[in-house]
Amino acid sequence: MTVTTITDAQLAPKDYASDQEVRWCPGCGDYAILKAVQKACADMGLVRERTVFVSGIGCAARFPYYMSTYGFHTVHGRAPAIATGIKLANPELDVWVMTGDGDGLSIGGNHMLHVLRRNVDLNIILFNNEIYGLTKGQYSPTSRRGTRSPSTPLGSIENPVSACAFALGAGARFVARSIDTQQAHLIGVLKRAHGHRGASFVEILQNCVVFNDAVFEHITGKDVAPEAQVLVEHGKPLVFGKTKEKGLRLKPGTLELEIVAAGAADVLVHDETNRPLAQLLAALEPPFPTAMGVLYCNPTESYERDVYAQKGAGQGKADLDALLNSERTWEVGP
Amino acid sequence: MATSSISRPQRETRDSVVIRFAGDSGDGMQVTGSQFTLETALAGSDFSTFPDFPAEIRAPTGTTFGVSAFQIHFGGRDVMTPGDAVDVLIAMNPAALTVELRDLKVGGTVIVDTAAFNERNLSKAGYARNPLEDDSLARYQVLKFDITKLTADAVKPHGLSSREAHLCRNMWALGLLLWMYGYERTATIEWLNRKFAKKPVIAAANVAAVNAGHAFGETAEMAEHMVGYVVPKADVRPGRYRTVSGTEGLAWGLVAGLRAAGIEKMVFAGYPITPASALLHTLANLRSYGVVTFQAEDEIAACGAALGASYAGALGVTSSSGPGIALKTEMLGLAIATELPLVVIDSQRAGPSTGMPTKAEQSDLFQAVLGRNADAPLAVLAPASTGDCFDVAIEAVRLATKYMTPVIVLSDGYLAHAAEPWRIPLEGDLPRFPVSYRTDPEGFHPFLRDAETLARPWVKPGTPELEHRIGGLERDYDSGHISYDPDNHARMTKARADKIAGIANDIPLQDVALGEDHGKLAVVGWGSTFGAIHRAVQMAREEDQDVAHIHLRYLSPFPRNLGELLKRYDRVLVPEMNNGQLVKLLRAEYLIPAEGFSKVTGKPFRVVEISEAIGKIV
Repeated sequence: MTVTTITDAQLAPKDYASDQEVRWCPGCGDYAILKAVQKACADMGLVRERTVFVSGIGCAARFPYYMSTYGFHTVHGRAPAIATGIKLANPELDVWVMTGDGDGLSIGGNHMLHVLRRNVDLNIILFNNEIYGLTKGQYSPTSRRGTRSPSTPLGSIENPVSACAFALGAGARFVARSIDTQQAHLIGVLKRAHGHRGASFVEILQNCVVFNDAVFEHITGKDVAPEAQVLVEHGKPLVFGKTKEKGLRLKPGTLELEIVAAGAADVLVHDETNRPLAQLLAALEPPFPTAMGVLYCNPTESYERDVYAQKGAGQGKADLDALLNSERTWEVGP
Repeated sequence: MATSSISRPQRETRDSVVIRFAGDSGDGMQVTGSQFTLETALAGSDFSTFPDFPAEIRAPTGTTFGVSAFQIHFGGRDVMTPGDAVDVLIAMNPAALTVELRDLKVGGTVIVDTAAFNERNLSKAGYARNPLEDDSLARYQVLKFDITKLTADAVKPHGLSSREAHLCRNMWALGLLLWMYGYERTATIEWLNRKFAKKPVIAAANVAAVNAGHAFGETAEMAEHMVGYVVPKADVRPGRYRTVSGTEGLAWGLVAGLRAAGIEKMVFAGYPITPASALLHTLANLRSYGVVTFQAEDEIAACGAALGASYAGALGVTSSSGPGIALKTEMLGLAIATELPLVVIDSQRAGPSTGMPTKAEQSDLFQAVLGRNADAPLAVLAPASTGDCFDVAIEAVRLATKYMTPVIVLSDGYLAHAAEPWRIPLEGDLPRFPVSYRTDPEGFHPFLRDAETLARPWVKPGTPELEHRIGGLERDYDSGHISYDPDNHARMTKARADKIAGIANDIPLQDVALGEDHGKLAVVGWGSTFGAIHRAVQMAREEDQDVAHIHLRYLSPFPRNLGELLKRYDRVLVPEMNNGQLVKLLRAEYLIPAEGFSKVTGKPFRVVEISEAIGKIV
């Protein structure tokens, strides 16, 4: 199969917006994500008619309606399955899956696992706000223990799933994390995700102003961000802090990270092709900084390309008469 | 072929015969039956077969639950089912005898391998005493042969181990049965040589076993009361024929439908489930016919991937059995809401829940027609026979693409495995119904309806200037945009219903399969019960009973003359392999006092059961 790269350099971010009125709550982090995606599309010159946004159900799942590309708003949790079918039918399409923590990790957890393990060439963007917004504020699979919600009035007693650790465990070949409000970083991550062939998994920490406001403030707040985030970049030391004065290294004799002075000799250099390192980074939580950026990128051939690389696939010319007359036949005379 | 000149009594003629080959799972009864079927077909007889194999993959040898059987009904006429009662039972061990004997006619023939009736096997089969040595089989003609030893002697020159020699017993039995009905061995010998091409010694030994079984009959070594039979050729339409199973019929029909619609690609997504998996396996080998198969992580994803493929402009097909169809239900709702083509094959099995996965039932009719949240109509078809599976699959593709709707095909576990002779159509004779994808942006919106079919346009993503968004939220009739307007929802609900109802104008009027279009009694059936009902009605009519047979292929919508037709009979009897589903739909739709007749044993109807039900009415 020939791979053609067609871009449309003439389009501005607004050209990727549909004529539909955006109906998220005022102040919702989804606005910032929409803006970042439209900017990334324009930067990359994506061709609208070859781009498909697929979603499940939830606040995040409204996303396709606001894009001027093709879009399919499907059923709860199943967007990865539908997107897989789209790619099997037409591998040339540029397909994005827009999902949330409930959609992608609870009701659709099984599909997420398998779409990542199969490595279908999709850009999967998971909006993590640690809450069910559209159904009015129940705790979600990423909600922290103790989260008080209408369904957990005494506080949740469930342990949350880490989206990026889950994706790595499922065998994803591209795993990244960013934040709704950090536009430049987010746009950069989205472009990296799009450039990766195979399943790209991006977790975006997204603020729900109504039901879970400021839940990421200890990571994203302007005052704390330099201490609370380590921005990972391939080939660069894993350092953070207001003056990049702190670094991460392997604690000697263990398989865990520890914080040391940035100048220490054994501060780790980020290698995005190193899966064990990615797993350590994905799992970091306070008092460690939260890892942001491309945690893991190690491409291999994508599922649908492997499907079509197999003998006979995608060809429809074989002789039907030969099929119907295969094996033993007999004539009945007049 | 050279035959012995030793004179035997004249062969007796039989209009039709039912044979059941039964043995342990490892005794090769399915291949024995298949080869006998092929020789039957080549001799020009009509036939209908049904395999009955155990649910267990490797049941312990010699046990009753490890019995594997293959039934064939063959003859010159009236072969419409695999047969009610068995004329000849081949029982390779005591377990096979005890399980299968109850279906043997009084006076029928049992052929047993005496060597297998040892203490160990008898005990596993639950026999306190050897039934060959008392009078418990007195009502039958019992032919006792040491098939084990006769086979061992026949294959001796080839130097097989005793285990290998034992595996040739089925071919000895096949040889004997081929002699009994005067059939050739040529195709079987060719098949053995092909199958064991890399093991010529095994091939030669099996051929020797077939020949020895045949010669055993021919040379009068056997009991003198054993005679040969002649079964007449069937009077069928000239043409080229082959054997087809329901699974093959569906797979090839889907491929033919894809061609007929002029669609480049079919994406068939399934999840393993008995008895539907065979369709996935068959289509996985048809890649060069434009088929891409996908084994999904679950039934939901299988339906989702198929729907996604349809959205992208391919033909999306998914398949399952009852419990799996239940899981697909939500996705079917999305397919109905977004008005995308989708073909869903349901190989029905006995339920509810896991039920009896290897046994057939027709109990998913309600699920197919009604089983979704909200008002969610779709089209439902059912094949009558294995060959009809081919035509119904094509028709499902036609309706799905023309009306932009999911179509459910109700097959069942019986059709999936049964086999019948099939007149092979020529590709050039198949229907053509090319689809057209919308490419014109002028005046486009995604739910613009065709005035005649009420179908919306099919647009492939990738088409410039037609970018649009669809989804499960209700949409405006005029613009296709999301709409919560109450009147609009009422209008869209009606539009979806009218679209499916309108299919009734695009399908044949309901005909009468046998009999008059009015009278005392109409027996109305659907799906795989066709053969049993047809034969029963035929027999009743031969006794001058005023009975007609009406067979429904279209279950949603019904043909537009159905109600008027049924009202022309005094009584309407609806035999079904469920607890009364079609009968309720007919009563609800037409306000007629149709009467149900249920069979829910997991086994197909026998002709005699339908005859008795008819007899109680006329």
